[in-house]
Amino acid sequence: MTVLDKPARPHRAPTDPAPPRARRTTAWLLTAALAAGLLVLVPVAAGTGAYPIPVGDVLGSLLHRAGLGGGELDRVAESVLWNVRFPRIVLALLVGASLGCAGALMQGVFGNPLAEPGVIGVSSGAAVGAVAALAFGVHVLGNWTVSVFAFVSGLVTVLVVYAMSRSGGRTEVVTLILTGIAVNAFAGALIGLFLFFADTAAVNQITFWQLGSLAQATWPKVLAVLPCAALGLGLAPLYARRLDLLALGERPARHLGVDVERLRIVLVLVIALLTAAAVSVAGVIGFVGLVVPHLLRMAAGPGHRFLIPGSALLGALVLLAADLAARTVAEPAELPLGVLTALLGSPFFFWLLRRTRRRQGGWA
Amino acid sequence: MRNVRLRLVPARLAASLVPARPAPPPPASPGEVLAEAEALRVFLGGRPVLDGVDVRVRAGEVLALVGPNGAGKSTLLGALAADVPAAEGVVRVHGRPVSAWSAPELALRRAVLPQSASLSFPFPVEEVVRMGRAPWAGGDEADEDDAVVADAMSRTAVTGFAGRPFSALSGGERARVALARVLAQRAPLLLLDEPTAALDLRHQELVLRLCRERARAGDAVVVVLHDLALAAAYADRVAVLRAGRVAADGPPAEVFAEELLSEVYDQPVEVLPHPRTGALLVLPRREP
Repeated sequence: MTVLDKPARPHRAPTDPAPPRARRTTAWLLTAALAAGLLVLVPVAAGTGAYPIPVGDVLGSLLHRAGLGGGELDRVAESVLWNVRFPRIVLALLVGASLGCAGALMQGVFGNPLAEPGVIGVSSGAAVGAVAALAFGVHVLGNWTVSVFAFVSGLVTVLVVYAMSRSGGRTEVVTLILTGIAVNAFAGALIGLFLFFADTAAVNQITFWQLGSLAQATWPKVLAVLPCAALGLGLAPLYARRLDLLALGERPARHLGVDVERLRIVLVLVIALLTAAAVSVAGVIGFVGLVVPHLLRMAAGPGHRFLIPGSALLGALVLLAADLAARTVAEPAELPLGVLTALLGSPFFFWLLRRTRRRQGGWA
Repeated sequence: MRNVRLRLVPARLAASLVPARPAPPPPASPGEVLAEAEALRVFLGGRPVLDGVDVRVRAGEVLALVGPNGAGKSTLLGALAADVPAAEGVVRVHGRPVSAWSAPELALRRAVLPQSASLSFPFPVEEVVRMGRAPWAGGDEADEDDAVVADAMSRTAVTGFAGRPFSALSGGERARVALARVLAQRAPLLLLDEPTAALDLRHQELVLRLCRERARAGDAVVVVLHDLALAAAYADRVAVLRAGRVAADGPPAEVFAEELLSEVYDQPVEVLPHPRTGALLVLPRREP
């Protein structure tokens, strides 16, 4: 017994490659870098396009409107900037932040790094509601009709996927992806059905919207998604710590004082809010919610206290950049944004699938 | 991230969404019953897994649950942990039925080591251990977090890989990290489900010595064990389960009788004193 009492190995101080403290520093640096990136990209995006405006003028106009000096531009420039570019930029930021944040939350709730609103069909589910509102010209809730419809059908979809893809507190990759296929197929069928009954004008509107685009951005549209997005983005960071604990599994999380049932319900609501915000204005824009949290997890570790706000920031940055590319690379034509993100995101998804498979030694 | 939180959501709403931490329990007096099951029946899949079980767990003692596979050891532990609902009878923790406690209240009163530890995302070891401090967040005790985490890691000999991701560890290392997390929770009732299953000889001893230390410090420790010699050496009391009932409950010297064990395990067993120390040895009877 006396021999065993001596520690066989001397206890070393934690000096391994990435101790948590270094990670926390990384997290702060990344946050600063992302914020700086946004501060640079916003004026650049505002100045770039078919009607170029120098960045200095953009900043001047911004300062002028804020009542901090600067100078007013000529009428055309001012109109392009404030009626076309800025609503579009704000919308890109809101949609991007919502998608990034929803992806991070969803991966945390499902305990599965492959969960993403687009992949598992929640985006299509939300799209069903939006299409229904558009196709049948429903206006009961005014400007917010499409958002609310998207939220309700998105919520139903998350609940269905959640109930169907979990067993014993875990979500297997195969079950999740197959559930996504089934949900996507069903949602696609419903959307097709609504299109069949819609009139020509509505069909055109829906088809364009479905490709995923921010081309129709206006201030009223910004206002239509703002409540959903702001509420979702504001609530999400409150659950970061509990999401960390959920990574241990449902029972251990409960042992540590997490009311798991309540946490799940609230987070499913938040995910539906964020997805609805994104889908109702911009159609189905895939893979942002998948790629963004993954890149951040690789850089700064899986802690949700950074991951959630960080994913919102990087999502906003990525979508703004993607939208800038979508409207400038093929000028004067415009690429659909959803097509662009899918083009870049799908290979990443493929790589991720392969890696997950290798790690687990099969399709667990 | 606290600044962001307050800016995004009004403080009052934030306060209502993040419930205030309940008060921790007063220190238990030695011998106080911290957990008990009374006439407990539990059904899993329509089959009675526990059938009229009475157990008491007292502060300052190590209680070992032993018995053959399927006897209901883990289920009993799960019932004490409030994971498994009682069909009949009652399970009390700190004198109150488990269903009357909220999850945060229970988290300050009992810590649970599951049979197998898994993690969905590759958190580094130190952060996993720090998760054990979650029930104390927001209180004065949170100031001790660093010290408590460091202490738990050194006791379980995991300090050497504090920065490595949990997913890169071996089974035995994971088990010790999970135990460190449980220790960091500083709950007066420890429920450990086969803490030694994945461990080598040295670490088995280390873990059970830790159990003894916790008991000496005034905690109540319940540990599911397969190794009867370990139970004999470290437990104050042993409950032998057989087919969902307690076949015997008492100090190892009383409970570990050849007849009873041979019958419970359906395997001839011999119990003999260690030639040098006189400690109980429990061995399967092997004919040459």
